[in-house]
Amino acid sequence: MLAGTIYISFLGALALLLLPRRSTTAARVLALLTASAGFAIALTAFLQHRSGELETITRIPWIPTLGIEYHLAADGISLCLVLLTGIIAIAGVLFSWNIEQRTREFFSFYLLLIGAVYGVFLSYDLFLLFVFYEIVIIPKYFLIATWGSTRREYGAMKLALYSFIGSAMVLVGLIAAYVAAGAKSMSLDSLAGYPFSLHFQMLAFPLVFVGFAILAGLWPFHTWAPTGHVAAPTAASMLLAGVVMKLGAYGCLRVAMTLFPLGLGPWGFHLLGLGSWRDVFAVLAVIGIVYGALVALVQKDFKFVIGYSSVSHMGFILLGLMTLNQIGLSGAIIQMLSHGIIASLLFAVVGRMVYDRTHTRELAALGPMNLNKAIPFAAVTFVIAGMAGMGLPGFSGFVAELMILVGAWHAFPVLAVCVGAGIVIGVVYIWRAMQKAFFVGDAETSAPSQLPPISLPERLGAVLLIATSVAIGLYPQMLLRVIAPALNSPLFDGLRKGGWR
Amino acid sequence: MMFPWITVLTATPVAGALALLVAGERNKNLTRWLALAFSLVALLLTLLLWHRFDPATGSLQFQERYTWVPALAIEYHVGIDGLGLLMLALSSIVVPIGMAASWKIEERVPLYFALMLLLQTCLFGTFTALNFVHWFTFWELSLVPAFFLIKLWGGPRRTPAATQFLVYTMVGSIAMLLAFLALYLATGTFDFIELTQLAGNGNLMPIVLAKLAGHHLMLHHLPMVLFAGVFLGFAVKVPLIPFHTWLPSTYAEAPTGTTILLTGAMSKMGLYGFLRILLPIFGPQMRAVLTPLLWLAVATVVLSAYAALAQKDLKRIFAYSSINHLGYCLLGIFAVAKFTGGDMSLIAQKYAAMDGVLLQMFNHGLTAAVIFWFIAMLEARSGLRGLNDFGGLRKVAPVFTGLMGIALFSSLGLPGLNGFIGEFLIFKGSFPLVTWATALSVIGLMLTALVILGILQHVFTGPLNQKWKDFPDLTTVEQISLAPAIGLMFALGLYPQLVLGVVNNTVIQMVQQLKF
Amino acid sequence: MNTTTYSQLLHLVMPEVIVVLTALVTLAFDLLFLRNYRTRVRFTVAATLASAGCVIAILQLMLAPVQSNLSDGMFLADPLTHLVQAALLLLTIVTLLLSVDSTFTEHVGEFVLLLLLATAGMMFLVAAQDILVIFISLELLSLSLYILAAFDKGTPQSSEAALKYFLFGGVSSAFLLFGFSLLYGLSGSTNLTQIASAIHTPLNPLLVIAIVTTVIGFGFKVAAVPFHFWAPDVYEHAPVPVAAFIASASKVASFFIFFQVMLLGFPQIAGSAAWRHFVNGWVPLVAVIAALSMLLGNLVAIVQTSVRRLLAYSAIAHTGYMLLALVAHTPQSLAALLYYVLTYGLATLGIFGVVGVVEKQTGTDRLSSFSGLSRRAPVLSACLFVFVLSLAGIPPLAGFFGKFYLFVSALNVAPGSSGLLWLVVFAIAMSAVSLYYYLQVLKRVFVASPPDEATPIQASVLTQTVIVLLAAAVVLLGCAPHLLLQGIMAAIGPAGL
Repeated sequence: MLAGTIYISFLGALALLLLPRRSTTAARVLALLTASAGFAIALTAFLQHRSGELETITRIPWIPTLGIEYHLAADGISLCLVLLTGIIAIAGVLFSWNIEQRTREFFSFYLLLIGAVYGVFLSYDLFLLFVFYEIVIIPKYFLIATWGSTRREYGAMKLALYSFIGSAMVLVGLIAAYVAAGAKSMSLDSLAGYPFSLHFQMLAFPLVFVGFAILAGLWPFHTWAPTGHVAAPTAASMLLAGVVMKLGAYGCLRVAMTLFPLGLGPWGFHLLGLGSWRDVFAVLAVIGIVYGALVALVQKDFKFVIGYSSVSHMGFILLGLMTLNQIGLSGAIIQMLSHGIIASLLFAVVGRMVYDRTHTRELAALGPMNLNKAIPFAAVTFVIAGMAGMGLPGFSGFVAELMILVGAWHAFPVLAVCVGAGIVIGVVYIWRAMQKAFFVGDAETSAPSQLPPISLPERLGAVLLIATSVAIGLYPQMLLRVIAPALNSPLFDGLRKGGWR
Repeated sequence: MMFPWITVLTATPVAGALALLVAGERNKNLTRWLALAFSLVALLLTLLLWHRFDPATGSLQFQERYTWVPALAIEYHVGIDGLGLLMLALSSIVVPIGMAASWKIEERVPLYFALMLLLQTCLFGTFTALNFVHWFTFWELSLVPAFFLIKLWGGPRRTPAATQFLVYTMVGSIAMLLAFLALYLATGTFDFIELTQLAGNGNLMPIVLAKLAGHHLMLHHLPMVLFAGVFLGFAVKVPLIPFHTWLPSTYAEAPTGTTILLTGAMSKMGLYGFLRILLPIFGPQMRAVLTPLLWLAVATVVLSAYAALAQKDLKRIFAYSSINHLGYCLLGIFAVAKFTGGDMSLIAQKYAAMDGVLLQMFNHGLTAAVIFWFIAMLEARSGLRGLNDFGGLRKVAPVFTGLMGIALFSSLGLPGLNGFIGEFLIFKGSFPLVTWATALSVIGLMLTALVILGILQHVFTGPLNQKWKDFPDLTTVEQISLAPAIGLMFALGLYPQLVLGVVNNTVIQMVQQLKF
Repeated sequence: MNTTTYSQLLHLVMPEVIVVLTALVTLAFDLLFLRNYRTRVRFTVAATLASAGCVIAILQLMLAPVQSNLSDGMFLADPLTHLVQAALLLLTIVTLLLSVDSTFTEHVGEFVLLLLLATAGMMFLVAAQDILVIFISLELLSLSLYILAAFDKGTPQSSEAALKYFLFGGVSSAFLLFGFSLLYGLSGSTNLTQIASAIHTPLNPLLVIAIVTTVIGFGFKVAAVPFHFWAPDVYEHAPVPVAAFIASASKVASFFIFFQVMLLGFPQIAGSAAWRHFVNGWVPLVAVIAALSMLLGNLVAIVQTSVRRLLAYSAIAHTGYMLLALVAHTPQSLAALLYYVLTYGLATLGIFGVVGVVEKQTGTDRLSSFSGLSRRAPVLSACLFVFVLSLAGIPPLAGFFGKFYLFVSALNVAPGSSGLLWLVVFAIAMSAVSLYYYLQVLKRVFVASPPDEATPIQASVLTQTVIVLLAAAVVLLGCAPHLLLQGIMAAIGPAGL
């Protein structure tokens, strides 16, 4: 039944193209219905799923000569991420309600993207996963190049090329693994169970991990992210930061770490104090956290602040993955959801609520506009989103970051301290941006500028996202109860034997 | 399954806040009354709790305990003892007073009152939480409405004031968070009760050293470092000199209704932290640095009173005066912390001092709230609040003068009013324990007297400033609303057993926990 | 050498005969009866006749499967050759249908004749395992193509391109013949298998020359670097159907026979291009050519402003990828090669179809004339979207699976060997580069706004239908590749490779 999320999205995308050309309202409504249907299916499956164990949804042979199957399955981790996609899909449609130009094509590409993302999270056959992963690139390109803003064609192309290079690296690794395992099957469990040689894993792991991590914004391969986010229209940035970057992290966990767990082991020698790929990627993740935060601190463009903050938060996820203990990994997955929601919300405020009205993103220009009086809903939403982003307790970010921090402490104590510094800088840059954008109108200088009020779809979208973040923050157990059994499944045996704590 | 009193109590104001935000800007008066109604409901619930509280034991009652994030040992654990109940009562009283003082706010009324109610929830949460993460959540969350109340409705220099407030408190909070994280990593629990037990058995620091010192971080100084972190968090909040510099401008620039909440309830959060967390868990560490702490307490008492004398803005005067009054509490706490080796006569003194501290917390909260309420009324009528802006108001507004005078004398510590008994008990208990410090603190008493009398003279007595010959006196509505507060001041002054009866056993238990 | 009766021979070559007959009939019909009609009518009739003939030929192929080897490899009839021949006929039919709208010539009958003769040449080519027959068929094919390339008498560039094609082609044919004669000298036979058994390692200089010239000859046909110089001009200036035909059908045939010749003719001196296990032979040579083709094709395509020229360089790049199958030279890689080149042919025909429509309306194939095409011709743009992304290797289209299978077969050469990994990695990297210029085309079509005076682009129903069917085929073969793959593998199985 979960596969319905994929099919409905694709069908919706197709149906949108068949609508008559000028039907903007019909296009929006159809898109909203499709996204809601997808979310409803995801939610039902999530609630029905008693344990987080793996459950196959569909399994039919596809290309028998190569042992490739059309195999969809979901475990706790996939369920959480599918849920995330559903929520952000709806929010994205709501925040794109004002697109007037070529509306049905916009939503068609949008739904195509969503369908492919669902596909990645639900794929159990690695060929299928790769197919969906690649499909994501094209609608992303067109969404940004056609409806974006600053330097959109450049940003879109950069994004597409980086993603494609990343997936090219993954392809090499996948084909090599497939052939090395006898070219019999591309199924995740058969490849995960195959005993690749240590030498092979030591080479394949970094290749595939970096391939996926490029999309996850690992430093120093992150440079596409700020440019891409800024160039993209609001819904695309929401999807990009909220969901697509999580595809990369998911791939790191589901493919790289599951297939080649020995690649995380010690090299046997030390280089610059690093003794394994695990150390390397952990350090890079922490650099990403701190670097992203520091750069966000000095940005003059509002959207760039949020873009770099995305890079910083993704660093948390990657660090959590590298801790290789239950708490760090669980924290990483919760952070995937948490950051997905919060980043979407932040981009929604900056892009849709502020930029679409004021047509500027320069913090210096926004200050005098006295935005907290002109569009108070936007100010309040940004405050709440900002607090959630800082990791204020009560919101989803706190639990996630705390878990990652504790996990990191068990694994890399020194790095955990650096992470703490990153969190502090995080507080500062959010607060600075908030101050400068919304609350500068201190003296009785200017009357608040006359801006169109925040429309109903925007309010609904904001409430949806905030409620989700609060729900996760107050009751993270609802996610943890499916994540824990998933992490304990036989699929992760290799990781466990290789030094899991 | 017992009725979840505390959760309901904590949820009531936030429900009110949501209701206000939904109701919107339509009818300002309706909004104000709705907000007031919610805060009065909270007051009622608190009185119910007070009634049902069993003062015979000193242990925690109305406990609720649910697991929240088992992986991180985070629980929803709430409960109150005498101290908690007292603080809940104080918050419930202070918030309606704050709302009454904010009646004249015209801009974005629903948001203002919603923020106040949110702040009340955070206060309730902080005073009842027993698991660090849960407690810390409310502690941090309380900063947000406070910040915005100051930033959006405050005076001309509100931005630097709000910023300073936020930054100081945040820094302290972060230090606290790190220290508690270290404790968690060592012991595996965030629960205050469990940590207190570990500390009481003398096992806490050895465990910490065993688990954490292996990471070549600061070795046997670690307990002091942790203590310093937590101490910093609370010292900023109370405040203790020299961490107080944020307070005067914040109190001055905040809208007066907010100042009432700040001084009436939020400042008590810091002292509550001292009593609930710092003293039980880090007792030995506190004793190790007792002398410097006492010097700081003395400085807090004396220097703040001296500074109050130099101020010309009424709000600033009482800002410093607040620091002074809370300094006595600190003096009392540090005196109780002093190790006496089981001398039974001194234990009675410790009880007295501790009783005094709790009483002073409550009474100062009440008194300061009422005084700032009066200042708000002054401001509303005249637009000014400078010391030298008025003169001879006694002639045109006798009732106003009389009632404010009562509040002022209570602050001074006149016997018969509530302000006296707390200070008296503190001095009585501390004198045998830390004689030199107590003696020096008497200077503070004298300076405070000078300040209060000065105010009475400049504002109320003396020749009438012609500008104010039409100064309106208190209206009937105002008199009716003031009556309960003033009545309570007299009641507590004449019959402190009202409060002491409830908290006494809690005090005894707290002191005994310290293994005097 | 077995003797064969003429009736047996006729029976075997019936499909080719049908094609040739159709060609003659069409020419006659056109010249005799249709002289005075409009070009479009003439084209329609001629195309219909020719297509009918090809369909009959396909039916003949399918209904009369024989396993036979005539005269020691002069003409082969087994499932594999039948498959390739059927595919060639299909591609010819599509080319004919797409040429119906053409306006570049009045000589309709001649055009169709030459096209069908080229097809016949290709059919003989893929059925041959004898170097002489190979050469003759190749010449038949090439000569027809040279003339076809010059068919647009209206533009001097067409003639220039054809001349270049002819000169290059002539020289490389000479090389090929020279190599073949050396092979005959060395082995005493013209049959590939007999040549193979006669050749001994170690390599002697004559053998090396023979291999090199053979590679040159075939390399020219498939447009591999450094024998590719004819391709950009021909793709850009030859008439659209001709360029499409060269890019699709001719490529299929040339690659197939290239593979056959190298595999059957020189198996022992294959050598190896494995990383750090380099062995002398033709495989490393082909590997280098493949790498160069990928590199040059992709890099130069980036700077093109003419869509057809861009397609030419992309074709060179794709040749590079397909040569990977040759480097691997296993049955699996042959299957991958066939799948790839067939789907590539379909996609290329589709793209040229769309380009033809646009060129007819706007007069030029510059990228700028494609601006905003998605609003002027939505259906065609959607099909173009499918074709271009298939070439780029984006799933779930056929091009992706082709590349995937190709890479798998290249790595699967010997169990446990990682020999060709370097080449595969290089191919994937170059493939990533290609995405850039493919997206540029699509960007023009979908993102850029149409020029102000733009009108909706008209295309005939027939052309649109054919293009849509091609797009559907590309999507279908991408989503369910085993439909084609099964057939290919079934054909390769008994072929005894």
